[in-house]
Parts: sequence; C-alpha cells; structure tokens
Amino acid sequence: MALQATIETRRLPTSQALARIGRAVRSNRKATAGTALLAIFILVSLFPGVIAHDNPTLDAYAPHLGLSSAHLLGTTAYGQDIWAQLAWGTRNVMIIAFTAGLATTAIAVLVGIAAAYLGGLWDASLNVLTDVLLVIPLFPLLIVIAGYAHGGGTLVLIVVITATSWSYTARQLRSQALTLRGRDFLEAARVRGERKLYIIVVEVIPTMTSLIVASFLTNALYAVLFASSLQFIGLGDPNTVSWGTMLYWAQNNAALQTGQPLWALAPGACIAALGAAFALLNYAFDEIGNPALRPVRVRPLKRGKPRA
Amino acid sequence: MRYVLRRLGFFILTLWAALTFNFLLPRLMPGNPALAMLGKFHGNLTPQSLNALEILFGVNTHKSLPTQYVDYLHQIVTGNFGTSLDFYPASVDSVIGGAIWWTLGLVGITTVLAFVLGTGLGIVAAWRRGGRLDSVLPPVFVIASAVPYFWVGMVLVLVFGINLHWLPYVDGYYVATDTPSLSPQFIGDVLSHAILPALSLLITTIGTWILTMRNTMITTLAEDYVRMARAKGLPGWRVMLDYAARNAILPNLTGFAMSLGFVVSGAILIEYVFNYPGVGFMLLQAVQGEDYPLMQALFLLITVAVLVAILIADLATALLDPRTRAAS
Repeated sequence: MALQATIETRRLPTSQALARIGRAVRSNRKATAGTALLAIFILVSLFPGVIAHDNPTLDAYAPHLGLSSAHLLGTTAYGQDIWAQLAWGTRNVMIIAFTAGLATTAIAVLVGIAAAYLGGLWDASLNVLTDVLLVIPLFPLLIVIAGYAHGGGTLVLIVVITATSWSYTARQLRSQALTLRGRDFLEAARVRGERKLYIIVVEVIPTMTSLIVASFLTNALYAVLFASSLQFIGLGDPNTVSWGTMLYWAQNNAALQTGQPLWALAPGACIAALGAAFALLNYAFDEIGNPALRPVRVRPLKRGKPRA
Repeated sequence: MRYVLRRLGFFILTLWAALTFNFLLPRLMPGNPALAMLGKFHGNLTPQSLNALEILFGVNTHKSLPTQYVDYLHQIVTGNFGTSLDFYPASVDSVIGGAIWWTLGLVGITTVLAFVLGTGLGIVAAWRRGGRLDSVLPPVFVIASAVPYFWVGMVLVLVFGINLHWLPYVDGYYVATDTPSLSPQFIGDVLSHAILPALSLLITTIGTWILTMRNTMITTLAEDYVRMARAKGLPGWRVMLDYAARNAILPNLTGFAMSLGFVVSGAILIEYVFNYPGVGFMLLQAVQGEDYPLMQALFLLITVAVLVAILIADLATALLDPRTRAAS
C-alpha cells in the first residue's frame, strides 16, 4: 500500500511516463498481445491493397462462391470478394475508432479537468451536464439521433458518438484531478506566477497520462462497437465499405440462411478482435496501475482450508 | 435524508432534460424530419391525431417556441404520445403495451440469471485465487466484453438454429401456426423461442458480474476480519459467504439495481437479430419506418426506466451501506 502511494504521488513528466508505459507493455502479456493485434489492424488499414487485390465494391464475380485461393472467403450475393471487403473495410473502422476515440477523450479531458481545476460555478454546471449525459441510455439515444438524421455518412457517426459519449471519462478525470488539487508542485507553479492554462496543460495533464491513455482505449472500443452496431441496423451510409455495413448487407440478404455464413461472421469476428485488442491493452493498464489485480504467479498456500 | 432529497432532485432534473431533448431534437434537425413524415400520412389521419402530432413535433404551427414547449409538456404529462403511423390507427401507448411484456420476460429473467450466476462464479474465482476457474475466466471475459453481442446471437443462430435444427430462431413463437393462448403448447413454444436470445444475452453480460465480484472480493479477502474468521476456525464456506462475499457484494447489488433499468433497452440488437417482438425490435422498426411518434415514446420509456432504476439503486445503497448515510 505504502509503495503504491509513493508511486502515485511522484510526479512523472510525459516522456518518463511514456517510457514506463513502453516497459510495461513488454513485461505484461495482455499488453503485448493487445499491442500486436492493434498493430496488425493499423497496418491493414493503411495498406489494404497489399493483402487484398480485388476492388471491394466491384460486383465482378459470380455470386455465392465458396472458399477458394482466388476468393479466400468466397463472394457475396452481389458477387463482391468478401476478403477484399474485409481488408478495405478496416480503414473505415480504424478512422472511426481513432477519430471518435481521440475526440471523445479530448472533450472529456477539457470538461473534467476544467471542472476540477476552475471549481465554483464552473464545476457545478459542468458537473450537472456530465451527470445528466451519464445516465441517459446511450445506444437508444444514438439510434434516435441517427434516425432523425436519416443515417448519414461516417462523419455523422463520429460526431454523434463523440457528442454523446464523453461523460464517463470526464467524470473519472475530474475525480483524479481533484485529488491533485493542493499538491505541492501545483502550488509551486501558482507561486511562480504561471497562468491557469499553463498549469493545466503543462502540470496537470502530464500527471494523468496513464488514465488518459486508458480512457482513450475504452472510448475507441465503444466507438467501434457503437458505430458498427449503427451501421449494422442500417443507420450508417450503406455504401461505405466497413465491417458494420458488411453485416448490414449480410443480414439483409439472409446470409446465414442461404449458406454464406462467412459474409456475416467474418466482419463480426474482426470487430471482436479489434475490440479485444483495445480491451486487452486497457486491462493491462488496470493491472499496471493496481498491483492487487495482477495474476498470481506463485501458487499461494492453500487458503480455503483452515489449519487446525 | 438530505442524500435522498438530492437524489430525487437529480432524478427530476434528468427527466426534464430528457423531455426537453426529445422536444428540441426534431425541431433542430435541418428541415424538420417530422414534416416529411406527416406529409406522407396526411390523408389518413383524423384531425385530432393530426393535431396531437403537430404539437409533438412542432409542425404547421405559428406559435413561438416557448408556447410549443408548454403544449408539448402538457401533452406528455397527460400521457398522449399520439398515433403510431406504422400501426395506424393504434395509439402509441397500446402498441408499446403489446411489446413490452416480451422484453420484460426475456431480458428481465436473463438479467436476474446473469446476476446470480455471475456473482456466484466471481465469489468462487476470488476464493480460489490462482485456481483453474480464476485463471481461465478473466481472459475469456476480456475478449467477451469486446464482442458485439448481436454477433454472438448470429453465431448461435447459425450453430443451433440452422446447422443443428435444435431450436427456433425467428419471432417470439410460431407466428404462422400458433395462436396466443395459455395452452401448454403455446407456452412451450414461447419458451423454446426464448432460449437462443436469452443465451446470447447471458454470454455477453455475465462477464461484468464475474469480474466486478471477483475484484471486490479479492480486496475484501485481505481484510483483517476475514483473517480473524479463519483464525477462529470457521468452516471455509462460512468465511467465504458470510464474511467475505457479504461485504463484497455491494457494488454488484447496486449494479444489479441499475441493470434492471436497462432491461427495457438492453437487448435492442438481440431482438433485431431474432425478430423478437419486443420493445427494442419495435424501436428499430419505428426508426426505419420513420414512425417518429412511436420512436419518441419508446425513447422516453427507455430513459424513464433507466432513471427510475438509478434512483432505486441510489436509495438501496443508502439503505445498505451506512457509510453513504454518514457522508451526507
């Protein structure tokens, strides 16, 4: 306990914190697996053409083809190559994950830290806003907004997801920032005569790096799940190539019932794998931050049976 | 007491926020979408239902926004949510009344099951720290938490419905051959139709219960009173249940009270995959058919359910945990 406290109170500049994160990633198995998975998806989204030579939207082949070396996962009911769709669809998903994830986290950092640091009326009003947004059920809200917006493209999805899902992170960051208030290093900065903005950006935010990174991972995971779900029920733009829209077309063509399960299963498995990458990294951060949760390495003495 | 009043105040505030949001959204959207919807149905509506819908969505009115707002609130408070356009001439209230029982039955029972099973597994996993259960479960559920839950439904449909032909996977009962009644055959059909959607929900929600319970339980097991109980030579199961679990269960209990609020909205996509005739499936139908009155009412219903559950969870925490009372 005492050790944990000293780790938390010691102030870490960003570069040092990042180096610590790097070391932690290598030493934690969950973190290594998550990083590797995420790296694969990032590479595929940058260079989909390297692994898939077909045009994902071209109805170029016979429909309902099975698995073959020319079509690794077969073709859709429209004669599109499923493997090509999967590879090219990665890009749309990654754009949503990173844009919505970053934007959500940025708003949360802004609101959470401003509330904690400015205090008073600012804190009270930002708090009420956060609390209200926190309890309104998110997915139905997204459905209703997307319904009024008549679907809309990727940008609409990103904006809507960002605007509605920052509250949880803001709440967490505010509590963390509150514990920093009155610390000596902040007091010192104030005495030096630094401006509030400087203190927030240079002193407060770097101290919270690991929580901010963990929040980004959660937000990216939820952005992927929400966006894919909305695309799946037809509230995205059905013409973009994405895992969610693949699921939409597969469902609309009863892919499961007509002997083309891969059309629906493959994009879902990709969403799960990408989500698992984010979740693994996130749990790893949890374990790094809270040593009590780390897996037990040495089997402890039998505790269940009381020794007479 | 002050704590209770504060939570009540917050409940009213959020309820008001949700109502206002519902009021503003169609009016703020570029080219009020409700206008197109009403145009499509114009010839079929009676003057009264047309009037009700115009108040709800702010169409064809020269009144100022504040007056519209007062009219709108009055109509919501008196429970008039207008006429459903997809199920015309049925009122929105009666359409929802037909669907809600399916959802409450399916998701309600599954939520209770997931809570009981998950909490139990979490207790055992923490008690046998480092044992087989404890080393297998967390990584499995790290991955399960990232899987889109409708996709689990699709896999179950494929395996048990289409390939093995064990269970039905469309609708809430055999729509073509069954007539709803209380006969054993109909009840059996309803149950067999509920198994696969319930299983998909169970698989995707149980992990949270296990992990929360396990993690709190691990912290509790390190407490002195647990060591004391062991030292007294009490049987292991008594230490586990009466000393550790009993004190560790609070986060899970509050979580359970809150998850009851999400019963109404928690299975939207599962209902969609299985064509299950509940509230979530209806919400999606309403969105796709541009049945905005039905959509608005369902969104309010879902929000109110969640708000009430959160209020109950807050009150339960105050009742069960003396520390909250002392803090206020």
